[in-house]
Amino acid sequence: MSDRQPIYLDYSATTPVDPRVAEVMIPYLCEHYGNPASRSHPYGWTAEKAVENAREEVAKLVGADPREIVWTSGATESNNLAIKGAANFYASTKGKHIITIATEHKAVIDAVRELERQGFTATYLEPEPNGLVDLAKFKAAIQPDTVLASVMMVNNEIGVIQDITAIGNICREAGVIFHVDAAQATGKVVIDLENLPVDLMSFSAHKTYGPKGIGALYVRRKPRIRIEAQMHGGGHERGMRSGTLATHQCVGMGEAFRLARLEMAAENERIRMLRDRLLAGLQGIEETYVNGDLEHRIPHNLNISFNYVEGESLIMAVKGIAVSSGSACTSASLEPSYVLRALGRSDELAHSSIRFSIGRFTTKEDVDYTIDLMKSKIEKLIELSPLWEMFKDGIDISKVEWAAH
Amino acid sequence: MSAYLDHNSTTALKTEVLEAMLPFMVHQHGNATSQHSFGRTARAAVEHAREQVAAAVGAYANQIVFTASGTEANNFAMRGICSHLEPAQILTSSIEHPCVSRPALAMQTCGYKAHNIKVDSNCDINMTHLQKLLAAPTNLVSVMLANNETGVIQDITEIAEMARAHKAFMHTDAVQALGKIPVDFFALNVHAMTISSHKIGGPLGAGALVLDKRIDIQPLLYGGGQERGLRSGTENVAAIVGFGAACELAVSNLTAFDVHAENLRQHLEIGLGKLNAVIFGHHGLRIPNTSFFAFKNLDGETLVTALDKAGFAVASGSACSSDSGEPSHVLLAMGVDEDLAKGAVRVSFGMTNTLDQVQHFLKALEHEVARLRNLTAMAA
Repeated sequence: MSDRQPIYLDYSATTPVDPRVAEVMIPYLCEHYGNPASRSHPYGWTAEKAVENAREEVAKLVGADPREIVWTSGATESNNLAIKGAANFYASTKGKHIITIATEHKAVIDAVRELERQGFTATYLEPEPNGLVDLAKFKAAIQPDTVLASVMMVNNEIGVIQDITAIGNICREAGVIFHVDAAQATGKVVIDLENLPVDLMSFSAHKTYGPKGIGALYVRRKPRIRIEAQMHGGGHERGMRSGTLATHQCVGMGEAFRLARLEMAAENERIRMLRDRLLAGLQGIEETYVNGDLEHRIPHNLNISFNYVEGESLIMAVKGIAVSSGSACTSASLEPSYVLRALGRSDELAHSSIRFSIGRFTTKEDVDYTIDLMKSKIEKLIELSPLWEMFKDGIDISKVEWAAH
Repeated sequence: MSAYLDHNSTTALKTEVLEAMLPFMVHQHGNATSQHSFGRTARAAVEHAREQVAAAVGAYANQIVFTASGTEANNFAMRGICSHLEPAQILTSSIEHPCVSRPALAMQTCGYKAHNIKVDSNCDINMTHLQKLLAAPTNLVSVMLANNETGVIQDITEIAEMARAHKAFMHTDAVQALGKIPVDFFALNVHAMTISSHKIGGPLGAGALVLDKRIDIQPLLYGGGQERGLRSGTENVAAIVGFGAACELAVSNLTAFDVHAENLRQHLEIGLGKLNAVIFGHHGLRIPNTSFFAFKNLDGETLVTALDKAGFAVASGSACSSDSGEPSHVLLAMGVDEDLAKGAVRVSFGMTNTLDQVQHFLKALEHEVARLRNLTAMAA
């Protein structure tokens, strides 16, 4: 048992590259190795054509015009470019206040924090206990000098889907630039930018079966949104983002997004069945809490807290599956997830949470194995827990006054 | 006969590099920040690559910050170092790649002053001018180790000494030097140095900034806190692994590359001499693979197009500016006449080029030059 690879249930951290995607990438690593900016020979033209085809595929998945797609090195760069780029461009005309949500990805939160150091002010709106943004509270957070709002479409830890249309309409009415981090949404949620009131949207390839190291930023053309470039150089991407494009990676993202467009409807149904099976199986365990709204949620995600189980021993116990105990980007620290804390979960419940994220290559057998593993491990762990014993004895632990030591 | 003679723009991935990358393109797909075994495998691969990259430039692994490109590393160095300092002047040479000169210009809105250091007619930094500029308070001096167009190598150690004597930080863009000449971070005596993967047979999509650990630098990208908080964003594991493998190969092949490329260039330039070409920057030290030349009264764009039809991929300046139709800023900085500069052609060799290709190229060149001269004569 210890020799086999763990079952991968961490698709929200990164997905494997679909073999079909890898296959179309490799020729651009080997024979078609031109620099897409080289204009004097066919090596460059071939590369440029491939990059533009891929741009079209990215645009198609999200209902955008290819001219609205700017390549970046990933969603982190897209988020930084959108937030710093738009805030800096519009600060003098619109103001220097930014609204974001406390449960955003670090790339958004930390980009906003950097702007605060530069003299901007920010509101980090707390979501409701189910992870969703209250529209009235959002509207109330808008100030006369609010320049930009940034709200993620799908949360990376709990998978809840925000009402982007409603939030976007509020922003439109108030003249606030609206950025959406959709890194976790592509291939899972239908995105139609032609009809969504969104000005800027971040994408990543490696969460949607494409390669790491490539992402994109959607920048609306009508009405035209302007951003200040964060990287200067050869003037690639119409001056918004300089740097030689990695042809094979653009091609990989294009193919990954093409496959997502063709297959997402059927795939999401299959994944939903697997997730529901997992949920039903795990709900057989006493004292489990699902984190985040179950209805407004992508089918791929299940985030569950196991009460009375100590977080670290939980992770050690479930080595047969590769899961995350919080966002991949913060899991190196032992701090409880800031996302779960923002939902009002206690430190204990936040610590004992596991994010199961299901994807294209997950099987029914994987799910059944996971249910059995969790059941047997949790049973052993709670037997070790003195808190569990107290709970079973009918003691309300929240009312216990612990002696200082 | 056809040949790719544009290796300074980008060069083909080496087979060994592809082999190193392949497992990380599909099966070893973990996020290097994840704690499970998929993540740990990815992390180990990234750290191994970091050792390989560090070894190639004589640095320690913890001095390497991976980026997505040379452009990003240059922007990171320029902005990151200066943002901690009281705005003064930033000095860049007049032959820098735009991803060094443009960030300096963009930073003028934040109160910094950008100034160009002049070069002489051979593309060498004018040290007297640098000395004069350094009299004013200076945040940063950035001079490239080898120029992408002429291939001319600067005396970075000397320039760094001058910068340091005036309490300025020193950055060098070594993107075109790595893999072509020995590059030693400590010998160069700089605070920061940019390198890139795809110029040395690694994949596009990876670069690095080599840093003196004692300096404060502010990140360009904020987020998950990867690269010790200096560069957030999920690590591009496959590209980083490829970069590492390419670095190791580049260093072990350095002597062979030098001998091979220098030999090809000698043959090329003897031929160019016979055709009365003007070769730019050839009086001094150059990386061995690069030759930048022009013919008087001959349009370079037309020549490059004709050469392409004959099967030879060359550049008419740097790839990034080759669509602008403007004469090379490097040649203008060297004081080359604008008309002559407009006709410039760059040949840059790689290990896969052969003497036979050079001879065929020269023949095609001779033919095209004669044809175009005839046309020009007829038009006149």
